[in-house]
Parts: sequence; structure tokens; C-alpha cells
Amino acid sequence: MALLEIKDLTVSYGMIAALKGISFEVEKGEIVALIGANGAGKTTTLHTISGLLKPKSGQILYKGNDISKVPGHKIVQMGMAHVPEGRRVFPDMTVAQNLSMGAYTRRNKKEIADNLANVYEQFPRLCERQNQLAGTLSGGEQQMLAMGRALMSQPEIILMDEPSMGLSPLLVNEIFSIIEKVHQNGVTVLLVEQNAKKALSIADRAYVLETGNVIMEGKASDLLNDEKIHKAYLGE
Amino acid sequence: MSMNFLTYLISGISLGSIYAIIALGYTMVYGIAKMLNFAHGDFIMVGCYVVFTIMGMFNGSAVGKIAGVFVAIIVCTLVGVITEKIAYKPLRGASSPLAVLITAIGVSYLLENAALLIFGSDPKSFTSVVPWEGVAVKGLKIQGVTIVTIVVSVIVLVVLQLFVHKTREGQAMLCVAQDKGAAMLMGINVNKTITITFAIGSALAAIAGALQCSAYPALTPYTGAMPGIKAFVAAVLGGIGSIPGAMIGGIVLGVIEILSRSYISSQLADAIVFGVLIIVLLVKPTGILGKNIQEKV
Repeated sequence: MALLEIKDLTVSYGMIAALKGISFEVEKGEIVALIGANGAGKTTTLHTISGLLKPKSGQILYKGNDISKVPGHKIVQMGMAHVPEGRRVFPDMTVAQNLSMGAYTRRNKKEIADNLANVYEQFPRLCERQNQLAGTLSGGEQQMLAMGRALMSQPEIILMDEPSMGLSPLLVNEIFSIIEKVHQNGVTVLLVEQNAKKALSIADRAYVLETGNVIMEGKASDLLNDEKIHKAYLGE
Repeated sequence: MSMNFLTYLISGISLGSIYAIIALGYTMVYGIAKMLNFAHGDFIMVGCYVVFTIMGMFNGSAVGKIAGVFVAIIVCTLVGVITEKIAYKPLRGASSPLAVLITAIGVSYLLENAALLIFGSDPKSFTSVVPWEGVAVKGLKIQGVTIVTIVVSVIVLVVLQLFVHKTREGQAMLCVAQDKGAAMLMGINVNKTITITFAIGSALAAIAGALQCSAYPALTPYTGAMPGIKAFVAAVLGGIGSIPGAMIGGIVLGVIEILSRSYISSQLADAIVFGVLIIVLLVKPTGILGKNIQEKV
């Protein structure tokens, strides 16, 4: 059984269909990438999985249970975290407060403290800036904070939406190596990226989305060498 | 400083404290639910009638006063929570923010006319919930209700600040105020948080109502309308969304109102109050403690 299985998911914004019946799955321990151009429905997919949007039809099976009707705030507790597009850290709170909000659903103070120490170890920059307001951080630091905040919920699977957006190439490399580290620690990753090359280079498998449909799927290494993919998404 | 000036100043601070308590409700609901609850002033009136009715049942005894305020807090909290559930929640996410604003105005008229139907239009004479005469210091006489109002508002401010910054629910409120979607991704129940906010705001309206009618004892179905609007002005003046801002805005407004009523003209006092709003908004559109919103490109 896949950890996460999406079946015939359709989502609309009013009259406009954003997802036209997509299906895919994520096995435990994988990094799966969703790639595609602007407007393909990548972010909509993630928003629907984590409950920010309600689907029109279809199923979202997480550990075998359909979570498509579960209120969004309950999904975190089930072990799913979402690092949203544009980071969406709480700008008027400090780094430390943001991280503690990540552990909002957890009660065990000792475990939370251990978790926090881990996050600071993984992101030394956040440790240095723990009393700084999140709104004053740079883009890369905000991305790290958003990832650290998601890790504070001790997720089994983490959904990442465009982690490389607006970052310098150097920072993009840093963020991707962090994603790989998170994955090595046993977290399953569903990654949405416009930077297809980068995403395919760390993913196990990938799905290509185009205007609300999955048009291709396969091993990331195969897709990386596929000519059509090369032309459409990787550029020469 | 003349004795008169001091007297006016103190009663201005006291009136301002009432505005501040009402403004806190306005500002919290705005900050968290991003809506202006124009029926908020009428929650005050509901609270006043509840206190009035219960006090009547107990013939104005001390027990009646305490019970009246207590029951008013409960009733107002319920009115606030139910209004939010029935009238505002279904419109959350409506394409136009005007829908909920107009609904709020509708709720306001509904409450006023319901009160008109039940209690009639003739003013009821309200007995103060503060039986204390007050103190006289070197010829300066301060009424009991004036002192109690100021003290209560300070307590309310301190308790609210502690609640918001030290409790889980308070932290959840801060998150919802900044980004509802991100708050939900943290596992925060956004709807519940908004309900709690309405409950707190409405409970504060009941307290403000009891204090206001104790200081100005004529109670009509429109008792809440003007203080409601002025508290809204206070909230904007202080920086809407900011708790300390509501407090400062309320007190500034109360002092200006009483001083202009005493030294300039009692007819012009309200015009001056709203004139101040216009000037402040021209100079600093975000209010005294409001943040400068930076447009991100």
C-alpha cells in the first residue's frame, strides 16, 4: 500500500477546472516530484492534499484512509506537513515562535525541545537568528524556517511547494541538499518544482502535469533523459 | 493646572476607557477575522438591557448588580458567537468583502429593532452597577464608577495581552491574524479561533455596556450605536488590529471628546472627535500604532 495515493482527483475554482482527474502515488521513503509549467495544477494538488482546498471529486488515500473530507487542521496530526509556496512564515513572530507554532499539535514538551534542537542543528542559521522576526529574514532563510517549522510537527511525509523559488543558484543547491538530508532521516517527500532539472536530480520518481492532467510519469532518471521532457521543461 | 481641567481629564480617561474596551472587540475581530463587525455596538446595548432586566428582578440589590453583569457577559458572548456562526461564517470567503459588511449592518438593525419591540423606545433609567460614591481628594471629587471603569479597562488590557502572548489559543489567534492558510497548516482550527475571538469581543462589549450605562444612565435601543461608532474610530485611530492601539485610541478619543465638550462646545464635540480621525488618517493612515504595510512586488 502506498503511503499516499491520489485517485481521480478533480478540483475547480468556480467554473474553472484546475485538476481534471489526476492520479498518482507516493511510496513510503520515496522522493516524488511533480513537475510542470505555470498553471499546470501543481500547487492546487498540494493544497488539496493538505486540506487548504476541497476536491470536487476523487480520493486522497493516506495510509489507506480517505482524507479528502478531513478538516485541514486535523491532517497535520496524521503526520503530514506542508511547506507552502512562498514560505508563508509568520512575519510578525520570531524564528523561535514560528518553530514552536510548527509543533502546535504536539503536547510533549521534552520531545518538542529535542525536535527543536535537531532543527537548530540542521539549520544553524535559524539558531543564530532565533530571536529575529521572521519577516526580516532573507528569502533563503525564510525557506529554511518554513522547512524547519514543518519538521517541528514530526511528519512522516512532507509536501514541498517550490522550495527553490526566487533563490540564488547557490542557495537552491543548499536547499536541495537539505531536502535530501530530510529524506535520509526517514521522511517521505512530495516535491513540487518548476526547476525540473533540480527536482529530477534528487527524486526517485516523477509525474509531469500539464493543464490539470498527468501527461507522463516514470523514474526520475529516465525522465531526465527523455527528449520530450528535455525540450519542454529542461531547456537546452 | 486648574481643578476643572483635572476633573475633565479624569472623566475623559474614564469615557475613553469604555471606548477602549469596545474598541478591543472591534480590533480583535478585525485583526483575526478581517471583518468589521458593525453590530458590535449593539452587543453593548444587548448587554445593557440584560443588566437592566436582571437588576430589576433583584430590586437593585448588590446581588442583582453582580448577577446582572455576569448574565450579560454570558448572553453577549452567546449573541456574538451565534451571530458569527449564522450570519458571518457562511460569507467567509465570499467574493466580495462587502457582503459581510452589509450583513453586519443588517444584524445591527435586527438587534436594535428586536430591542425596540421588547423594551419599547422610551429611555429606561439605569441604576449604576457601581454603588460606590467615589473619593474626594483636596476638593477634587472623583466618582466611583469613573475609577472602576479605568481600573477595569487596565485589567482587561493586561489579561488580554497575557492571553494572546502566553496561551496556546492566543498564539493561534496571532497566527490566524497573519495568515489563515499557514495557520491551518500548523494544525490550528481557524474556525474555532475566530469563534473564540468573537466570544471575547462580545463579552467585553457586555462589560463596556454595564460601565457605560452606569456613567450615562439613559438606556434606549440605540444606546450602543454611537459608542460603537466611536470605538471603531478609536480602533482605527490606534491602528486597527492592534490591542494596545485600541486602548490608546480609546483613551485619546475620550479625552478629546470631554475636553472639547467642556472648553469648546458640547454640540461640536462629536464633530471634533470625527475631525481628529480624518486628520490622523491623513497624516498616518495606519493609525498611531498601526504598522506600515509594505506592498511586496
